[in-house]
Amino acid sequence: MSTSKTRERGAAIDIRDATKRYGKFTALDNVSLHIEPGEFMTLLGPSGSGKTTTLNVVAGFTDLTAGDLSVGGESIVGVPAHKRNIGVVFQHYALFPHMTVGKNVAYPLTLRGVEKGERERRVKAALDMVKMADFAHRYPSELSGGQQQRVALARAIVFDPPLLLMDEPLGALDKKLREWLQLEIKRIHRELGTTFVYVTHDQEEALVLSDRIAVFNQGRIEQIGTGRQLYDEPATLFVGKFIGESTTLRGKAETSGDETGLTIAGQKIVAKEKLAGGETPVILLRPEKLSLAAAKAPITNGQNSLAGQVSEAIYLGSGSKYQVVLRDGSIAVVRSSLEAKPFTIGDEVDLRWSVEDSKLLADDDRADMTLT
Amino acid sequence: MKPFRIILGLFCLLVAVWLIMPTLVVIPMSFNDKKSLAFPPSGFSWQWYANFFTNPEWSNSLLNSLKVASIVAVVATFIGTLAALGLSRMKHSGAGILRAILITPMVVPGVVLAIGIYAVYLNYQLVGTTFGFVLAHTMLAIPFVIIAVSASLEVFDVRLETAAASLGANRFTAFRTITLPLIAPGMLSGLLFAFVTSFDEIIVALFITSPYLKTLPVQIFTSITRDADPTVAAVGTIIFFATSLVIAAGLIIGSKSKRS
Ligand SMILES: Nc1ncnc2c1ncn2[C@@H]1O[C@H](COP(=O)(O)OP(=O)(O)OP(=O)(O)O)[C@@H](O)[C@H]1O
Ligand SMILES: [Mg+2]
Repeated sequence: MSTSKTRERGAAIDIRDATKRYGKFTALDNVSLHIEPGEFMTLLGPSGSGKTTTLNVVAGFTDLTAGDLSVGGESIVGVPAHKRNIGVVFQHYALFPHMTVGKNVAYPLTLRGVEKGERERRVKAALDMVKMADFAHRYPSELSGGQQQRVALARAIVFDPPLLLMDEPLGALDKKLREWLQLEIKRIHRELGTTFVYVTHDQEEALVLSDRIAVFNQGRIEQIGTGRQLYDEPATLFVGKFIGESTTLRGKAETSGDETGLTIAGQKIVAKEKLAGGETPVILLRPEKLSLAAAKAPITNGQNSLAGQVSEAIYLGSGSKYQVVLRDGSIAVVRSSLEAKPFTIGDEVDLRWSVEDSKLLADDDRADMTLT
Repeated sequence: MKPFRIILGLFCLLVAVWLIMPTLVVIPMSFNDKKSLAFPPSGFSWQWYANFFTNPEWSNSLLNSLKVASIVAVVATFIGTLAALGLSRMKHSGAGILRAILITPMVVPGVVLAIGIYAVYLNYQLVGTTFGFVLAHTMLAIPFVIIAVSASLEVFDVRLETAAASLGANRFTAFRTITLPLIAPGMLSGLLFAFVTSFDEIIVALFITSPYLKTLPVQIFTSITRDADPTVAAVGTIIFFATSLVIAAGLIIGSKSKRS
């Protein structure tokens, strides 16, 4: 918002082998994360997985037990929060109740000794950006939650930080408002070119907003990638189950060549992948890759088939969603298009999918307990 | 239902009368035309008010009280606020014990404190000194400040200081620009309490007073045991209206800050 020609783009962030312990408890376990200048990076994970801790470490609110952290190529370990020049937006807004909206947004500029005329111009520009310019004379208590969060956002960007951190900023808002503000945040990110690091436990929100997503689980990063990569090529079972809907299949495994076969309730299915030795394989399937056929219908080549019974059929307008109970008791989720033949609850069906769509992953008990 | 409400109303009225009766008796007494503390008064005159403002014994004691109470109010507010801040940031269980210790001057009987203070003051020649009065009264006033400021810290969101830090404020600046304005109403009510605590303190004052330094309550006490003239009633009336004004001001400031 200062003279936009001289404005530097966002800063790169490098977190290397970051560990944070509280007594015996390890909140962050050897986390490494590189974020590109101007990137929108989302930290996604279940409650208690270490997202806020990571953000607090970058903001300077929490010290690392071990590891290194640099912003814009310079290590900032030991630099106090107020000297880091990093914008932060909190879930609880944290607006100063005794100051008007205008004073709140001017606060970081006043601290930096920006003179009055320039200050007013930048406050106006920041409030314009979040569409709150008409509210400059109101007090925070006279605003709705969504309006307060927009003011908090203006306050965090008014001093042109090269990096903006947001910790579940939309967590306290209702769904409609959240979806609208997501688009606003995306627009502001585009207009500013600042690096954004965004924390959420809502995977849909992460997919809407992010260039890349880092999936956290129990103080570790399970995978870093674009939404598509996480969905199509999950590195771990946890990621596969956390992002989007999925069906997991377990059974007696045997490897032959490059293929892995699983036997489930007497029926054999195949994946065109194999795991390193010593790991128990699980097959992960995405609902739109699955289809249903009438029981014992002929199989085309290169397809897997498992018998089951429809236990739930939901019409979604754009298609249908089914739950199918398989012979071993596990439940599969299937999405089918409008053209597909409809089934009703109780129908005996065959679950079909292409062999290539079997995603083979190592079984991991950490993947289940943290699903919330 | 109806008769019960009437009885309840009458009872409340009775309690209210009981509470303010002594004060209301003092006001007419102060206008008595005779030199006696009789009620009801036999005639009307302003002479006891004139006596209060012209007799140096009375005006000096008033000035002494105002001086001591003002210093006490400022010092106790400063120390009490720091103590309340420290207590609010203490996480472990020691905070509760420490708070209890800091509040003891409020619950220990005044006479016990007075004897202790007197014994120590005799040794250090503090009897009858302004410093001695300020020291003793500040100790008595600090608990009130701690309680008032703690109440406003209770509703203060510490995370605002974190937010201020992220915006570039060091700890002192964050305290000055964010914390202080938000706990100011609590500090102000602590200040008023501290002032009043010192201004009408009598027990300790009786022990550590001297003919050269008397506070107003001490002067009232000696006057009532020696002269028994209605000047005390005039003093009482003036103090009553003055404190009512101060408290009303405090309430108005308090309700204003709550609204914003
Ligand atoms: N000050 C602290 N002392 C002890 N443990 C802590 C402290 N702060 C965080 N933790 C622990 O560290 C772990 C990670 O916490 P963190 O706040 O980073 O989780 P999160 O991923 O942000 O979760 P959520 O989605 O619930 O906000 C949690 O188990 C938490 O209990
Ligand atoms: Mg969190």
